[in-house]
Amino acid sequence: MAKQYVSWGRYPYKQQKGFDFSWRDQALPENTNFLPQGNARSYGDSCMNQNGVVVSSRKLNRFIHYDQKEGLIRCEAGVTLSQILDLVEPHGWFLHVTPGTKFVTVGGALANDVHGKNHHVAGTFGCYVTQFEIMRSDGTRMICSPSENSDYFAATVGGLGLTGFIVWVELNLKKVENSAVNVENIKYNSLSEFFTLSEDSEEDYEYTVAWVDCLAKGEQAGRGHFSRANHAKNQVKPSRPKMTLSVPIDPPLSMINSLTLKAFNSLYYNRQRDERAYSTVHYDPFFYPLDGIKNWNRVYGPKGFLQFQCVVSPENSEAAIREILERISMANKGSFLAVLKVFGDVPSPGLLSFPRPGATLALDFPYQGSKTLELLDQLDNVVCQANGAIYPAKDAHMSGSHFKQYYPKFEDFKQFIDPAISSSFWSRVMEEKE
Amino acid sequence: MKNWLILGATSAIADEVMRLWAGRGYKLFLVARNQDKMDMIKADLSVRGASQVETYVLDANETTKHISLLDEADKRLGHIDGVFIAHGTLPDQKACEKSYDVAYQEIHTNALSVISLLTEVANRFEARGHGDIAVISSVAGDRGRQSNYVYGAAKALLSTYLQGLRNRLTKSNVHVLTIKPGFVDSPMTAEFDKGALWASTEQVATGIVSAVDKQRNEAYLPGFWWAIMFIIKHVPEFVFKKLSM
Repeated sequence: MAKQYVSWGRYPYKQQKGFDFSWRDQALPENTNFLPQGNARSYGDSCMNQNGVVVSSRKLNRFIHYDQKEGLIRCEAGVTLSQILDLVEPHGWFLHVTPGTKFVTVGGALANDVHGKNHHVAGTFGCYVTQFEIMRSDGTRMICSPSENSDYFAATVGGLGLTGFIVWVELNLKKVENSAVNVENIKYNSLSEFFTLSEDSEEDYEYTVAWVDCLAKGEQAGRGHFSRANHAKNQVKPSRPKMTLSVPIDPPLSMINSLTLKAFNSLYYNRQRDERAYSTVHYDPFFYPLDGIKNWNRVYGPKGFLQFQCVVSPENSEAAIREILERISMANKGSFLAVLKVFGDVPSPGLLSFPRPGATLALDFPYQGSKTLELLDQLDNVVCQANGAIYPAKDAHMSGSHFKQYYPKFEDFKQFIDPAISSSFWSRVMEEKE
Repeated sequence: MKNWLILGATSAIADEVMRLWAGRGYKLFLVARNQDKMDMIKADLSVRGASQVETYVLDANETTKHISLLDEADKRLGHIDGVFIAHGTLPDQKACEKSYDVAYQEIHTNALSVISLLTEVANRFEARGHGDIAVISSVAGDRGRQSNYVYGAAKALLSTYLQGLRNRLTKSNVHVLTIKPGFVDSPMTAEFDKGALWASTEQVATGIVSAVDKQRNEAYLPGFWWAIMFIIKHVPEFVFKKLSM
């Protein structure tokens, strides 16, 4: 039972039995319940299956067809976004939507209907999926697209792997001139400034996101760096940074504590002296800053960490985000990386898709027992009152009643679940008492 | 531009090596037992940039068909510059101890079938005055151990054969590479618990492509296996025979 089957946050830490699904014509395991898994980059328990096996697609990673003229690619579910970019970017193609790590599989990106810094204009990953094939535990295979088996399409996009094993996916690509992005980085002083900047940037900038210093208090609460960017149009070729850093071993304790956090947040906020800085960089450090540090999840030590990503509705965005930041600051539990962005109103194609209009905030907390869970309880309640939602791909904590409120289509979704598929996440949010 | 003939083309290591070669636009001639698997690999390699991919169904143990295989590869690719041999099995040692037939079959698959093919390849490359021969042997061939000495013996036969072949073909400008992987996390070893010494097929494949490029004679992959095998080879036999390895 290899470590590779454990989720990225390593909380809850459970070794799992794995089954490699390596060929498209292979059969699924029989007489056991299972959960399809990609590269196990989900943080919590949505990629884990405590009572059965995980069927890993890591070795199912072949390309099937690539239309270089039209920008259409079909590949097996275990191909990572990184492998797609390596292939297509030199030909002037890019992913319409990419999350903050390129080490996720296309199957995983589909099953979580992931989003990126361009959500306000582009919507989610699922918006660019033209078709895919799933295999059910009884051996039947189904091709799903927005027009064919569209009910299974909507259930599988964002369906957390529960509707069947995703065998292959076909995606539309987008045209880019080169590998560079022009970035403007703006240091701002308060949460309301963030919302103003975000609104002002929506039209002219394809990518917007902010890093928040979540230990700042009072009027400075929510201060941070707002970055907005577009793909470069000019003929520039910034060099691609090599992956140089790695966390090679498991430290015995979390390296993230209140001291290191305070120092980091303060240093990071002040790293840029000027209010505005402009740069043209390779897409790698812009989209995937943490991918440059191999196994960065190990800095949280053997107890692991929990992510918290919520979205709160546009009407109460600012107040709700302020309250969340205040509670974190009061608990002195700042997060190493706090990321804030405003989602747009492009409809998400999945029944259980997370993105919806409003502001989204992502944080991570080292697991420190009940203290951490109590803080998350508080944050969950704020989200619930703000008519928001929590992102299953990052969650190991939300209650079943909250889940059902955040995802009202879950009742409709249930009929598409494969009877042999189960996950730790799904058992948790379904079996909990009301 | 290079044209490679690959045996054991559906093996995980070969697949990764071919992906790297495909990215360079090479022409590849795949040989394996399963057409469906080769078709899936062929599509992948074509997307990755291979300028030509051919497939050919053959069990490498059918040595009488080796000459026609080489003729066919020459015909379809124009000519071949290199032969990469990646087929093999990991025998059930206990079964080999009980039955000579099983042991013979394993030695045939892992060593004799390779020798059959290389006999012909060597003569052709020698006559042409160029060529690359890259063969996956194993660290297991460096010293016999009770847990898998039939496999080890087959790989030792192969390694020694390749040494001699290299010695013979050097003057004909034909390069012979002996690849000695350690523990590789692949379908062949699916049943094993994996520890720190295990390497991924991608790592090993990168090492193979680089060893071919650098025209190395012998490549332990990953490199630290050279040190491990140096020690293992130098443990005195009166001590070694008592170890349970």
